[in-house]
Amino acid sequence: MMKPTIKTAFAAVLTAAAVSVAALAPTTAQAAAAGPKPEVQDWTFKGLFGTFDRASVQRGYQVYKEVCAACHSLNLIKFRNLADIGYSEAQVKALAAEYEIEDGPNDDGEMFMRKRTPSDPMPSPFPNAKAAAAANGGKAPPDLSLITKARAQGGDSVIKVSMKHPGGFTIGADYVYALLTGYEEAPDGFEMPPGGSYNKYFPGHVIAMAPPLVEEGVEFSDGTKATVSQMAHDVTMFLAWTAEPELEARKRLGVKVMLFLLALTGMLYALKRKIWSDIH
Amino acid sequence: MSEQQPTSKFMQNGVVKWIEHRMPIFSFIDHSVGSGYPAPKNLNYWWNFGSLAGLALIIMIVSGIVLVMHYTPHTTLAFNSVERIMRDVNGGWLIRYLHMNGASFFFIAVYIHIFRGLYFGSYKYPRELLWIIGVLILLAMMATAFMGYVLPWGQMSYWGATVITNLFSAIPVVGESLVTLLWGGFVVDNPTLNRFFSLHYLLPFVILGLVIMHIWALHTFGSNNPTGVDVKGPQDTIPFHPYFTIKDLYGMGVFMLIFLFFVFFAPNYFGEADNYIPADSLATPPHIVPEWYFLPSYAILRAFTNEFILYWPVSWLMTAKLAGVIAMFGSIILLALIPWLDTSKVRSARYRPVYKWFFWIFVLDWIVLGMVGAHPAEGIWVVLGQVATTYYFAHLLVILPILGVLERPLATPESISASVTQPAE
Repeated sequence: MMKPTIKTAFAAVLTAAAVSVAALAPTTAQAAAAGPKPEVQDWTFKGLFGTFDRASVQRGYQVYKEVCAACHSLNLIKFRNLADIGYSEAQVKALAAEYEIEDGPNDDGEMFMRKRTPSDPMPSPFPNAKAAAAANGGKAPPDLSLITKARAQGGDSVIKVSMKHPGGFTIGADYVYALLTGYEEAPDGFEMPPGGSYNKYFPGHVIAMAPPLVEEGVEFSDGTKATVSQMAHDVTMFLAWTAEPELEARKRLGVKVMLFLLALTGMLYALKRKIWSDIH
Repeated sequence: MSEQQPTSKFMQNGVVKWIEHRMPIFSFIDHSVGSGYPAPKNLNYWWNFGSLAGLALIIMIVSGIVLVMHYTPHTTLAFNSVERIMRDVNGGWLIRYLHMNGASFFFIAVYIHIFRGLYFGSYKYPRELLWIIGVLILLAMMATAFMGYVLPWGQMSYWGATVITNLFSAIPVVGESLVTLLWGGFVVDNPTLNRFFSLHYLLPFVILGLVIMHIWALHTFGSNNPTGVDVKGPQDTIPFHPYFTIKDLYGMGVFMLIFLFFVFFAPNYFGEADNYIPADSLATPPHIVPEWYFLPSYAILRAFTNEFILYWPVSWLMTAKLAGVIAMFGSIILLALIPWLDTSKVRSARYRPVYKWFFWIFVLDWIVLGMVGAHPAEGIWVVLGQVATTYYFAHLLVILPILGVLERPLATPESISASVTQPAE
């Protein structure tokens, strides 16, 4: 009496398991509705020993400064942080001094304008979020400090297998690059609301940001040709740095810690074998 | 000072003797984790996860205390204060990522620890209270983790807090007042953040207290073991130190290797990208999901729709939402009753040929629930969630009691020593 009951239960459970595997398919279907999966880019900061390509990240800063900064703030970044991506102290000072900031009150109780110093934050294009929204059709352009960590499935990850995302997952940098290069003509019959642009990677495809990058839109001082994909690549590299400025230090320390722990754990295992050798 | 060993060289030291006479702390330590605590000699590596959970708790408390030195619990400052820790505090990113990933690894260790208990029947007489305290620890951990996740005040913090606290409004009569009390107002706002912060600092010490009770109860009868057979005499045990101290240390080495790999090379793997967007009460994220360790509970909560078969019997009495809330909390609280729901006399699944299968199906069911919780409640996921939820409760309330009566267990070994010389399998 017992056996058949259990067999039936097994069958039910195995069916459930099969259904669960089959259910992975809709995930990819959903992704298709939101837009194509961004292509995986070969970022220099990926992997165990990844670093930000200094030339690229500096070009990226130039793209941000000359293009993105017209609408997007970078609130979490101070000028002194630029030293991390290879600018000298003098260069940082000069870059900061290009902008003014309100300071005060002074001894007379008055606010005054002064040049920015390396300890000051990057300037915001708008005085406050309301002004930013008012100037941009009701919705403030997002701050870009954390943008690569705040989109897709977040910041860089060495591990790519995930039960939560069975179809694989996109890191934020790949998404940002795809978005910047993903503008195209809306397909026939697509109803585009006024002020919108068609972007194949943006959820819903209607993005309020007009195509920000045009060929030769900036002139790189190192002579690199400013194609749209080059600028998108460089500015994404820059934004990956603003989102994870600790990345290089983290990976450097990580490699050392892993090596230390491997040695320690190996010794603990040897000791365990030794101590347990008299137990049967 | 232990009974087995005559006074050791260490115990003869003058200072040690002076202290020991006034406060017998050295013999206490020896009887807790030293040579004076006998442990079954056949414990396998699944028995490492208790000490690993303890290690995780210590990592969480230490890193948490440091984070509090730099964190600001205010809606306008919380998000940026976390980013300041990440960017400007020396080693701040390490402390923060340790704490963030530590929560996940604490749950990984605890879930494996629980499933180990389920497989080897560690909850049976005389360890029922030990098991119940364990379930209380799990509940306290869940409350702590939930409140901690709110503190960075990102989008998922805010909306997660909103969704979960709103659940309490389903409780009849007192629901609305309870939610107001949780919020400290009429919306999730600064008072909510402040009280969650306060409780998030308090609860880990409650967990610590429960852990001490858990270990106290454990040491009263000692560990269960893979055979599930009681210790019959000294031939079945070995001293905790050095055998299990070194084994636990080795386990901790492996655990730290995996844990720190995530901290250094995939620190946001377990997180949600949306939580790097500051909280915005006017913009709902397209897809609100809890942290992974809540996904099975979340799936059970969402399974309760008007069409769900388990809801029908109570549909005249309550809303589907309330039924879901009760089921979600019930799914954890019910674990405390397992010592009585499982009617089998045999502890270890090694000697329970049928239960062994149902155990693994239960594990699979739990994983399926987790996957369901991660996906929007639409299409196949709804059905799958309801099937898996039904099975979860069926396992606990139907299969466990019946199996204990119907199943014919294999012969259990005479003793632990006998099982070691003549393996049963």
